[in-house]
Amino acid sequence: MADRIPALETQIRLLEARLRRLKGDLAEARKTAEASAQVYETLGPLSSSEKDLKLAIDGGFPDAWRTETLAALAQPVSPEAKQKKHWPLSQEEYRRYGRQMIMREVGLEGQLKLKRSRVLIVGLGGLGCPASAYLAGAGVGTLGLVDGDVVEDSNLHRQILHGTERVGMPKVLSAAEGIKSINPWVSCRTYESHLSAENVMETFLDYDLVIDCSDNPATRYLVSDACVVLGKPLVTASALRTEGQLMVLNYPPRPPGDTTGGPCYRCVFPRPPPADSIVTCGDGGVLGPVVGLMGVLQALEAIKVLTKTDPISKEAADGWAPTEPPSLTIFSAYSAPQFRSIRLRSRRAKCATCSVQATVTAESFTSGSLDYIQFCGAIHSVNLLSTWERMPARDYAAVRNRSADKETKGHVLIDVRERVQFDICHLDGSFNLPFSCLNSWPAPGTPGSESNEDSETQKLHHQLQQLIVRDPDEPVYVICRLGNDSQIAVKKFKELGFDNGGIKWIGDITGGLRAWKKDVDDGFPEY
Amino acid sequence: MAETKPETVDVMDITVEFTGGLEMLFSNKRKHNISLPSKDASGAPANINFLVEYLCKHVMKDPRKDLFVLDDTVRPGILVLINEADWELEGEGEYAVQKGDNIIFVSTLHGG
Ligand SMILES: [Zn+2]
Repeated sequence: MADRIPALETQIRLLEARLRRLKGDLAEARKTAEASAQVYETLGPLSSSEKDLKLAIDGGFPDAWRTETLAALAQPVSPEAKQKKHWPLSQEEYRRYGRQMIMREVGLEGQLKLKRSRVLIVGLGGLGCPASAYLAGAGVGTLGLVDGDVVEDSNLHRQILHGTERVGMPKVLSAAEGIKSINPWVSCRTYESHLSAENVMETFLDYDLVIDCSDNPATRYLVSDACVVLGKPLVTASALRTEGQLMVLNYPPRPPGDTTGGPCYRCVFPRPPPADSIVTCGDGGVLGPVVGLMGVLQALEAIKVLTKTDPISKEAADGWAPTEPPSLTIFSAYSAPQFRSIRLRSRRAKCATCSVQATVTAESFTSGSLDYIQFCGAIHSVNLLSTWERMPARDYAAVRNRSADKETKGHVLIDVRERVQFDICHLDGSFNLPFSCLNSWPAPGTPGSESNEDSETQKLHHQLQQLIVRDPDEPVYVICRLGNDSQIAVKKFKELGFDNGGIKWIGDITGGLRAWKKDVDDGFPEY
Repeated sequence: MAETKPETVDVMDITVEFTGGLEMLFSNKRKHNISLPSKDASGAPANINFLVEYLCKHVMKDPRKDLFVLDDTVRPGILVLINEADWELEGEGEYAVQKGDNIIFVSTLHGG
């Protein structure tokens, strides 16, 4: 019996949330009904002569006649004036949405569906900003915004809802302000925290569709799992550097085990990528219009799904119109063609979430049996070197200050960031050996690998070798952006025998150029 | 590709593309024209598994093989697309490569 307790608790919480939503709908319906009943009352206060007349006819006059007579006597009243109240949208809304409503893809019916829709946006960054801005513009009734971060300077080149004056503000509040200014008819609900297994069920329950604009694999699996369990279609996208990817998943959103439902994220990627293969926008970079484009496409796909859906019967499988076969859209800014569409598989027969054998259920979120961070693997901080192989930025500054004429006199400084980063800023006298070139340096004794190198890399390796052998006593300092790649580089140099069997000191600057800025020179650029 | 076997081996010309950052492991080149031996060492027709092995041995210069292959197959997070369709629709690694095929390796992106 005891093992049923968490399951029952979850069910109760979900039902309670559903009840809350139904009560809200009921209140809304009552308000609308009252508003139309008040048509007669809002014709204006009765004048004294009308009051007399009302008195005179009070008693003996049939009720139905009385209201009608009063309405006819109240001036000025025309039949059109009465009807005005019955239009489903306000005058302003007709004007605001006219340009999209006159298209057969939307129409009045589609507009009303959008107005009744609730869409949840997970992540208000480079994807979430344009996605929510366009959905707000299109007149989606309710937008839920989830993000636990605050706006930073480095967000502004792509996260178009956040302005310079809102740096430091929680992203959801900044986005809500932007959305309100685009369209005050949209109701925004903000969730100022990161999505977690504990809060995902309650957060998602009220919404008709979810847009995944997050930036890490753990959240992507979490969002997809919750969408399958709760029967919500999911529009997911991602972007890095000059490329983007987009999928509409769990659409149609049939229950787990129903093979006619759309595939989920786990169907496409049953196993998460190794944590050390993940590149973030902070490390790899991203072009604003690339991620912006993907966010705009997410809004587009959401509008297509929402205007197709029958809002009343959405919980019945038949309510969903048949759709295109599932596909992955790939965008690559510097390729021709830029767009490609790839046919995806259907639901995986053994999917952990959407198959008959599903092990992910509503209960598993709250019971703690799902650890998404662990599933995707934590990114370990690099800690390869011993203390005596590392030098704090402050101590290295003292080494440089010893010589007045040349800062790198008596030692070698190697910067292992990629060339474009080196070109943005570097310490005077440093030699650039990009980490990618270092990686393609063959291990000692690898047969024939020399021919695999391109000439550029060979040249760099040659220069470096000369630099290192120029004086056997000169220590070699390695620096990078944050102090991770520099440790790997030091290890590699030692494998290659550059330390001359331990005679030559080779080590890195702890914390890299970030530490240099923090502890030595606050004027050094941070990007 | 420049790699040609000294002995005369039947080859077929195919195109292989890398995207989603994988191109960085392949000399920063997205599109490669490959002359793939039409049979593997045992004489069986070249399939995708053989192609992956071939790419590792002859095309990939970056020593970080585990960013492409893990446990003898493409690592999790890489989609293999055969002529614009998920390889799972075509029999995955067992799919016998045909002359003129277009094979794309896509690494998933996670930024947002
Ligand atoms: Zn699935």
